[in-house]
Amino acid sequence: MPIRLIRQALNGKNALPRMWRAHPIKDRYDVVIIGGGAHGLACAYYLARYHGLTDVAVLDKRYIGYGGSGRNTTIIRSNYLTPEGVRFYNESVKLYEDMSQELDFNVMFSQRGHLTLAHSDAAVRTMRLRTQVNQVEGVNSRLIWPDEIKRLCPWLDVSDQPRYPILAALYHPPGGIIRHDAVVWGYAHQADKRGVHIHQNCEVTGITVEHGQVTGVDTTRGHIKTGTVLNATAGWCSTISAMAGVKLPVTSVPLQANVTEPLKPFLDVVIVSGSLHVYVSQSDRGELVMGSSVDPFTSYSMAGTLSYIEEISAQILDLLPALSKVKVLRQWAGVCDMSPDFSPMMGFTPVKGFLIDVAWGTGGFKASPIAGKMLAELIATNKTPALIEPFRLSRFAEHDLVGEKGATAVGH
Amino acid sequence: MLILTCPNCGPRNVAEFRFGGETNPRPKDPNATSDVEWSDYLYMRKNAMGVESEWWYHRAGCGIWFLAERNTATNEVLKTYSWQPKGVNE
Repeated sequence: MPIRLIRQALNGKNALPRMWRAHPIKDRYDVVIIGGGAHGLACAYYLARYHGLTDVAVLDKRYIGYGGSGRNTTIIRSNYLTPEGVRFYNESVKLYEDMSQELDFNVMFSQRGHLTLAHSDAAVRTMRLRTQVNQVEGVNSRLIWPDEIKRLCPWLDVSDQPRYPILAALYHPPGGIIRHDAVVWGYAHQADKRGVHIHQNCEVTGITVEHGQVTGVDTTRGHIKTGTVLNATAGWCSTISAMAGVKLPVTSVPLQANVTEPLKPFLDVVIVSGSLHVYVSQSDRGELVMGSSVDPFTSYSMAGTLSYIEEISAQILDLLPALSKVKVLRQWAGVCDMSPDFSPMMGFTPVKGFLIDVAWGTGGFKASPIAGKMLAELIATNKTPALIEPFRLSRFAEHDLVGEKGATAVGH
Repeated sequence: MLILTCPNCGPRNVAEFRFGGETNPRPKDPNATSDVEWSDYLYMRKNAMGVESEWWYHRAGCGIWFLAERNTATNEVLKTYSWQPKGVNE
């Protein structure tokens, strides 16, 4: 990248080449991926680079990264509760660690450490369980006490004064934050370079299924013939699946987040409190990025609410009283595809050729590289990789759920 | 801010209510229901983007469960009405 920049500066032309191109839409593709977020683009990239499948189209109703990929709070971690979840997200963290090299694009992954605070004996017990599951799976997590919490983050009120005093924390050093737009753009660039077509402003209006096999996709830009469709539309996944006649155990619920005005760097860990429903980190621009639990009712509306700002302000001041004069710059919401057991659903459906990568709930962005890699392998080999086998859709009919209470915004 | 009209108490702030999910008819005869049908009833949801029929509970008011028709894309509430014993399983 730096040499390219120097050459760019010296050659007298200002415009950098486009990260991805616009193509005329073809009337058939080997694989059609619906949803141009980090998941869909990662899958396209792994298909093109590692499986030689380049006849791939990525369709997005709006622009790439419009949905959850541009609305999350950029936290990456693998300190989950179930062994299946920890194993899966740990592979994702490993891919994020090498992503800047892999994509030849700086995604600014900062592994600054991740603290999940416990404010009650029950929460301490859950954190202890999580550290032990993590350690068995080879993930760097441990339980720490208020003296060490204070050393890591002097701004936290660890006294017995707050309404919910801090008793302990799950410390996860590999956790951190990343620049989420760069992840989307990096995958889009590398997939485009290898021949994948990215079609923005291309809404899917129907999916044609004949004798239980997908045969094509209707879009606002014409019909596309294909035998393989991947639904990677997160919050909107139920609407796309319904077009193929596949039922999903998903409800779509908004999750709100906000940023404050930029401050000097002072917070160099990610702070999470499950009991207070709040997580906060400081971005490279100095803004505090914070989010809360999901809204109390389902909706596809991405309007922010005053009650969210009221609640999160009260909660964040309980943790970091020094922020009382800091102003909120903006707030937004993303649509989360919540599943009954807080674990995602990946792989085959009852309709042949219709694959899903959905139900990411509040933890989709941090899974995008490994989900893309595993689904690319599944599409190329037509077999479910062992790592994502527990997350099959059929687990609900088999009553074999993966209860992931380590998911963000899940009360403990 | 979403305003819901409780059939008893009139228009109130949504914070007074608890959301009960979309209406989901229970299979009429559990003994004659297959495992797949039963797990569909337990887990599968329409999750419509548009008008859906759903349950609400007036937690901070009169304490009744009632039905609402709400557009989930815009949060516009078309109507709210009391639960009638026969109307639900259809």
